[in-house]
Amino acid sequence: MIPAPFDYYRPSDLDGVIALLQEHGDEARVLAGGHSLIPMMKLRMADVPHLIDLQGIDSLRAINVTGTRVTIGAMVTQHDLIDSAELSSAAPILRETALQIADPQVRYMGTVGGNVANGDPGNDMPGLMQCLDAQLHLIGPDGERSIAARDYYEAAYMTAREDDEVLTAISFDAQPGGYAYEKQKRKIGDYATAAAAVTIQKSGGSVAAASIAMTNLSDTPVWSEAAGAALVGTACDAGAIKAAVAAMLGDIDPTEDNRGPVAFKRHVAGVILTRAITRAWDRA
Amino acid sequence: MKDLNEEQQERAAGLKGLGCSRKRVEDARFTQGKGNYVDDIKMPGMLHGDFVRSPYAHARVKSINTDAAMALDGVVAVLTAKDLEPLSLHWMPTLAGDKQMVLADGKVLFQGQEVAFVVARDRFIAADAVELVEVEYEELPVIVNPFEALQSDVVLREDLAGQTEGAHGPRKHHNHIFTWEVGEKDATEQVLGDAEVVAEETVYYHRTHPCPLETCGAVASMDKVNGKLTVWGTFQAPHVVRTVASLLSGIEEHNIRVVSPDIGGGFGNKVGVYPGYVCAIVASIVTGVPVKWIEDRMENLMSTAFARDYWMTGKISATKEGKITGLHCHVTADHGAFDACADPTKFPAGFMNICTGSYDIPTAYLAVDGVYTNKAPGGVSYRCSFRVTEAAYFIERMIEVLAIELNMDAAELRRINFIKKEQFPYQSALGWEYDSGDYHTAWDKALKAVDYEGLRKEQADRVEAFKRGETRKLMGVGLSFFTEIVGAGPVKNCDILGMGMFDSCEIRIHPTGSAIARLGTISQGQGHATTFAQILASEIGISADSITIEEGDTDTAPYGLGTYGSRSTPVAGAATALAGRKIRAKAQMIAAYLLEVHDNDLEWDVDRFVVKGAPERFKTMKEIAYAAYNQAIPGVEPGLEAVSYYDPPNMTYPFGAYVCVMDIDVDTGVQEIRKFYALDDCGTRINPMIIEGQVHGGLTEALAVALGQEIAYDDMGNVKTGTFMDFFLPTAWEVPNYITDHTVTPSPHHPIGAKGVGESPHVGGVPCFSNAVNDAFRAFGLRHTHMPHDHWRIWQTANRLGLHD
Amino acid sequence: MSNKMHIKMTVNGKAEEFLAEPRELLIYTLRERLNVTGPHIGCETSHCGACTVTLNGKSVKACTLFVAQADGAELTTIEGLGTPDSLHVLQEAFREHHGLQCGYCTPGMITRASKLLEENPTPTEEEVRFGMAGNMCRCTGYQNIVKSILAAAAEMNAAKEAAQ
Repeated sequence: MIPAPFDYYRPSDLDGVIALLQEHGDEARVLAGGHSLIPMMKLRMADVPHLIDLQGIDSLRAINVTGTRVTIGAMVTQHDLIDSAELSSAAPILRETALQIADPQVRYMGTVGGNVANGDPGNDMPGLMQCLDAQLHLIGPDGERSIAARDYYEAAYMTAREDDEVLTAISFDAQPGGYAYEKQKRKIGDYATAAAAVTIQKSGGSVAAASIAMTNLSDTPVWSEAAGAALVGTACDAGAIKAAVAAMLGDIDPTEDNRGPVAFKRHVAGVILTRAITRAWDRA
Repeated sequence: MKDLNEEQQERAAGLKGLGCSRKRVEDARFTQGKGNYVDDIKMPGMLHGDFVRSPYAHARVKSINTDAAMALDGVVAVLTAKDLEPLSLHWMPTLAGDKQMVLADGKVLFQGQEVAFVVARDRFIAADAVELVEVEYEELPVIVNPFEALQSDVVLREDLAGQTEGAHGPRKHHNHIFTWEVGEKDATEQVLGDAEVVAEETVYYHRTHPCPLETCGAVASMDKVNGKLTVWGTFQAPHVVRTVASLLSGIEEHNIRVVSPDIGGGFGNKVGVYPGYVCAIVASIVTGVPVKWIEDRMENLMSTAFARDYWMTGKISATKEGKITGLHCHVTADHGAFDACADPTKFPAGFMNICTGSYDIPTAYLAVDGVYTNKAPGGVSYRCSFRVTEAAYFIERMIEVLAIELNMDAAELRRINFIKKEQFPYQSALGWEYDSGDYHTAWDKALKAVDYEGLRKEQADRVEAFKRGETRKLMGVGLSFFTEIVGAGPVKNCDILGMGMFDSCEIRIHPTGSAIARLGTISQGQGHATTFAQILASEIGISADSITIEEGDTDTAPYGLGTYGSRSTPVAGAATALAGRKIRAKAQMIAAYLLEVHDNDLEWDVDRFVVKGAPERFKTMKEIAYAAYNQAIPGVEPGLEAVSYYDPPNMTYPFGAYVCVMDIDVDTGVQEIRKFYALDDCGTRINPMIIEGQVHGGLTEALAVALGQEIAYDDMGNVKTGTFMDFFLPTAWEVPNYITDHTVTPSPHHPIGAKGVGESPHVGGVPCFSNAVNDAFRAFGLRHTHMPHDHWRIWQTANRLGLHD
Repeated sequence: MSNKMHIKMTVNGKAEEFLAEPRELLIYTLRERLNVTGPHIGCETSHCGACTVTLNGKSVKACTLFVAQADGAELTTIEGLGTPDSLHVLQEAFREHHGLQCGYCTPGMITRASKLLEENPTPTEEEVRFGMAGNMCRCTGYQNIVKSILAAAAEMNAAKEAAQ
């Protein structure tokens, strides 16, 4: 497994990145941790004549928590997420999710930005960011723009990012309340058979707000507005959870693969979501 | 160590011989990154080979254009079948009496088949050149199902068209390879017809792969000046490789040196001869420089040495009380595109006829039909003796199904049918003579250790709680009792390509009393350098720490058939002990001379010969060794060396009793192993630490196979499990701690009573894990569900039983 | 053919400088260019961890890194953990507790374990299993690997205590 030759660049600022992207168009790709892109290149399924490594841009590594606003640089690794006391206290669901991604070595390299940006439906962070209603910050030749994670994903590996844009950071408002990231997988290092990200705000014994997103159950992550809505105003009892699951099942569209047939995945999606809601409610 | 006094015991302990948990001498280099595996070999001017492989499972090769590849700077050669044909090397014989394409000759028969071999200055250029070879294919209909293959008009092996006789008798259809029958057909059918109770089931043992962490590879170096060919490679049988290389290439055998360096696990994957080896050798002969070929992981999983793929249909009969009266088994064996099974020649289905298991079954019949399909060739023994895992899985599933039919406890059913201790040596209905066993003792010990009755009670309570809606988890109690047949084997009926399956050991004692011993086997992690020295230490009274063990270099080691099928200890271990005894016999003569007594006046005492009745008069082995080199002893040749070629009189029959306790979430199909108890009886125990390590490893490979590991194909013959994302290898996180235990029933015919153990845990483990899954659903009407028991298949079982309603 | 890059790195304390194609995978740089053959190639898709090395203080899989990414980096492999006269505690513990068989995964396993014990000097068995889940072994079933790492941790902690 040997990739085709390419030219390598390690710019030290974002202007340099943009310039390279403009120069080489769709022949160029940016490299973060590389644990999605490099295997694709080794299998010669991705042809990348110009590879732009983002590791030289220190500004992309920042983690910033100001009040409830959390901003995470695109080059922050899964390991950094797990290791950050600040994040663990502001938004513990990040740590809970990151711990369920891949293995220790991969988490040392794998970045939040890479996980979010490339549109692989198997990645865990996209669903999480949709659940958190995160904003994705992009920079391109025309300057910066932000887009909601919920609007970013179009199809497998197809996103709202233009070829000459780079994801620089992700930000969201950390909500107090209950949370859970529940994932079923075959083994360490596997993508989800089904995974659910859930946050719940509780007020006076009932659900004040809820957000639910699912991973690897469609060709994009699925934020199920209806599933969250089904919980709001309820005491998160069995009936409400059932309604949320039913709503979620209306939004996902899994396909058969080695993890199992569609009927199994839909069933497990329901079980996993039920468990995630229950855990989030317990923590709310 | 019986009858030794304290002083003798102390001397014996100093030898680090049989029975002690000696630390491994191999570990120093491995823990410091100083192992020497084939891909570590680097030679001046060495070229790299890489394959163009077929993306199709069945296609005609219309043309191959190598011009663009040849034009790439750094490419030295691109070999196709046309280049190999003048050397008659475009096809090669398989171990199973068939032949196999080295490079695609007119058509391809499985996805990943070798089409062209690119040789280049480095592996990067080789990989680039592979992309530049243009192959034009015409797709043909694909058959991945052996039952369909036997019905289909599509001829897979056009080279065999019209041949109604194969290497193992008549062929019934153009996609049929052989029928192998053992036992009494009519008598068995009669017993089944007359029986009070008959249980029937079809048990599929899915296709999987041994998948050692190191893939296969070789470095071939043709020295045109000396006319010598040296091949380093991942060979579990280096001496056989040398013989095959000589027969194929025409180079005289003394001019070929085959070396197995350190091997990163074998598990059966490295028994066969692969096109990569042949191409590397040819390329080195053509170019006159060394050529390296190392397969990548996808190539390994797609093209080299699958295991299993047996469809086994069984009928087992019994009295109402549960005494088994007969067993009938038919196997449809999917061998893929070529019959490249690695079995002794006369056993096209290996030792599948051990399928009567540990039970006294008076009448039995087995028939195996081998079939061609558009899948990779192989059929190797993945961590087991030849097809013994299939046999053990079959009988241990049939016992469970029979227990259901009889409404009996499966542990009790086993107990009343075990071969009794006093029946050994036991002649089985399918032709084997079991050497020794004490099954009842082992079984009772195992059931007591796990509190079997308590487990059954807990399980019954769980079922009730489940029915009341208090839990969604079921509990399975998996049982298995297995008997292996290892140590192939007696030359009278076991050979590989005509080479009898003996093994060998050659010992040289050095003047100062240390030694080197060389064997015909080759370690792939089993720790031979440690354990064979222990055998020898106890035989010749020289500390294991003063004995070097060497294997794997055909220029220096005596001829042997290699390491697979747990044959090293039963065969080469026996040769070692016997060679040691030859050393001792000569040493006795030397000692007698030195002590001026008659040979018969001496007795062996741990590490020395002592004059009977005069214990103060003795010569240690160290003193004797020195004398062998510095004194002229009348009638005795100088030096102290011995060689032994051991032809075992019989196989050995290790056995064991395993219990697995598993919890199963019926909603997600997730299983969790709560407890696993493994009792192994491998006869005399050479190194308990190493035995325990072998058991842990074999059980983990069993867990993988039972719970998810498979080589799966889609209808187009595409491999769906080509990387470790989908091919299940568990990590430390998915694996439990195992409880190990043992009994000791020595083999009566082995010089030290040892039987072999490395594969037992796999053979016994697979049915144990599978039985646990099946058992969890027994209360809800399940008879049998196929492996692998991954999440979705377990969920599907629960779903079909209505447990999600 | 792409242009070769001028690469500098420190491997086991030794400064290295060479020209390489950027696509050269770090594992080949180590094994073939620098003759550091301790780390092995097992799966090539970042699952098995046989190629594990420490790069700038992080456990990484050298099969899924280009040499260009490691330009300027500081690397430690199994060869840099101990010397024949002064083995790393883990090297000794793996031998003592039979934490290896064929030895192919061992360099990556021990290199990763050394980092794990830096991250968490007093791991539980569960933490060891989770922290080692990026390294596959086909021979041992992990039981003795886990045992070896726990024993090494205990020994390192005892030595630390004794030093205080």
